[in-house]
Amino acid sequence: MNGIIKGRAFVYGANIDTDQIYPGGYLDLTDPELVARHAMERVDPDFAKEVKPGDMIVAGANFGCGSSREHAAVTLKASGIAAVLAESFARIFYRNAINLGLPLLVCPGIAKLVKRGDMLSVDLTEGKVIDQTTGASVTAQPLSAYVMAILGNGGVKPMIRKQRGLLEEE
Amino acid sequence: MHALEKILARAAGREEVITGEIVNCAVDLAGINDLYLQTLRSFAEMGGRKVHDPQKVVMFLDHFAPASTITQADNQKQFREFCWEQGIDLLMDINEGVCHQILADKRLVRPGMLVVVTDSHTTTHGAFGAFGTGVGATDLAIILITGQLWFRVPEVIRIHLEGTIGKGVFAKDIILKVIGTLGADYGVYRAVEFTGPVLDRLGVSERMTLCNMTTEMGAKTAYIQPDPVTFEFLEDKLELDSPVLTTDPGYRYAAVHTFDVTGLKPQVAAPHSVDNVSDIAEYLGRPINQAFLGTCTGGRVEDLAVAARILKGRRINPRTRFVVVPASKGVFLEAMAKGYIQTLVEAGATFVTPSCAACLGTHQGILAPGETCITASSRNFPGRMGHAEAEIFVASPASVAAAALEGKIADPVQYLV
Repeated sequence: MNGIIKGRAFVYGANIDTDQIYPGGYLDLTDPELVARHAMERVDPDFAKEVKPGDMIVAGANFGCGSSREHAAVTLKASGIAAVLAESFARIFYRNAINLGLPLLVCPGIAKLVKRGDMLSVDLTEGKVIDQTTGASVTAQPLSAYVMAILGNGGVKPMIRKQRGLLEEE
Repeated sequence: MHALEKILARAAGREEVITGEIVNCAVDLAGINDLYLQTLRSFAEMGGRKVHDPQKVVMFLDHFAPASTITQADNQKQFREFCWEQGIDLLMDINEGVCHQILADKRLVRPGMLVVVTDSHTTTHGAFGAFGTGVGATDLAIILITGQLWFRVPEVIRIHLEGTIGKGVFAKDIILKVIGTLGADYGVYRAVEFTGPVLDRLGVSERMTLCNMTTEMGAKTAYIQPDPVTFEFLEDKLELDSPVLTTDPGYRYAAVHTFDVTGLKPQVAAPHSVDNVSDIAEYLGRPINQAFLGTCTGGRVEDLAVAARILKGRRINPRTRFVVVPASKGVFLEAMAKGYIQTLVEAGATFVTPSCAACLGTHQGILAPGETCITASSRNFPGRMGHAEAEIFVASPASVAAAALEGKIADPVQYLV
């Protein structure tokens, strides 16, 4: 959860629901590599072909609304998405993504500021987002201490293992 | 404190909680559904061996009931084996129905409980004065291991319902009006409480629909203060064993919105968002390929009853499919005993076994490109029930039945006077 991440922006509108992020027809899949093949299929059929590790999603309000499917967070994480920056997030998606160690930043006004393909630089600790293509910048709302702790552990699974006294090597 | 805060405080073993703080709560009832094999994977990945309290866990095989693919069948097999190994007795197999309706039918949810299910529509249980909320697979796996989960104590929005409900207007129309007015993200991170004299005239079925649909405005949970309607329903089968919590006088709501339902017409959420709401009159005559009646939102006995009333002695339009899915085995049996199933089948309905069915576009009523569906379920997102170029209108069960009859969007009021 430290340092600066850099990547290209994929930009979407408001109310991108989990059916668009990961269609219901594939919910029987569990393997992250198979799940990643259908990322953003209903909103952007080219996404899975174009996405590269380190890229970021930028969106309007209420990103991840709808179903509780953790697949929506898994598909983005397994696609290599390094962070999602949105005006706001739906709550179950928020929990699911943070649990997986996928940083989500609430960035007021970002969807209008960034264009698809812009290079973004994000300081996760400071919450500073810079669009290197245009020079624009946005400051994200700070993450709660609890969320920072989960991300600092690399997700909730390593955190729970640590809390239960289980070594990662086990 | 709000009654919802008192539920969290009790579950956290605390005297009080403060809005906005994060608290770790013991979960009274945890439900898993068959979409999320990841729950068992995460359980194993976090070193889980024994479920903390198997008596507080319910496993629902409802979204893929019965399995349509080998992968679905294999997932369900793994869930059954997990239940047998872990001593989870409350395995609701493919013959039971949709999770939320099962919990209601079996009176497994009581006022004051903290209920967590891997399903976004867990807000439904606010109809019983419970704190019901949806989570993802890994959060549920944490509950399986520890019996607990963290929650942010939500602000509460109060929706006050006044006035007189007109003929042909139902809880679904009221909640669509609320969502259309406030927006699909209005309730994010917050709880929604319903109050007001209109509730006195809504039974448990309609209250469940109100609370269920708060998910479509982003709400974390919903709440209706238990009253004689609640107690009559719950005491039907079990002694009431939970103390009923109430909101302190002077509690400050984050917002209060009053809706006067007098004169409200049947509503519809047009493609492709649930807050794109208007009077159904705006869309009269729109041809309908499939009318869908069912789910945790609109598949209860009362919903089948109104459809049967509209279709009794009539035939659906031959160009329209009418897919009907009772929400549970209990609903199916009661609707059968009351003759609704016979009426609907004679009218031309296609029945699907109690389950989530086509609501989430996995099977049993998928839409083709360019088709239009009217549904009593909760969502009209692009591609939700099949192809992304299909159009979905969300409406009340009565409006769905009227559309099945006419083959186009129609006002149900004319059939209910």
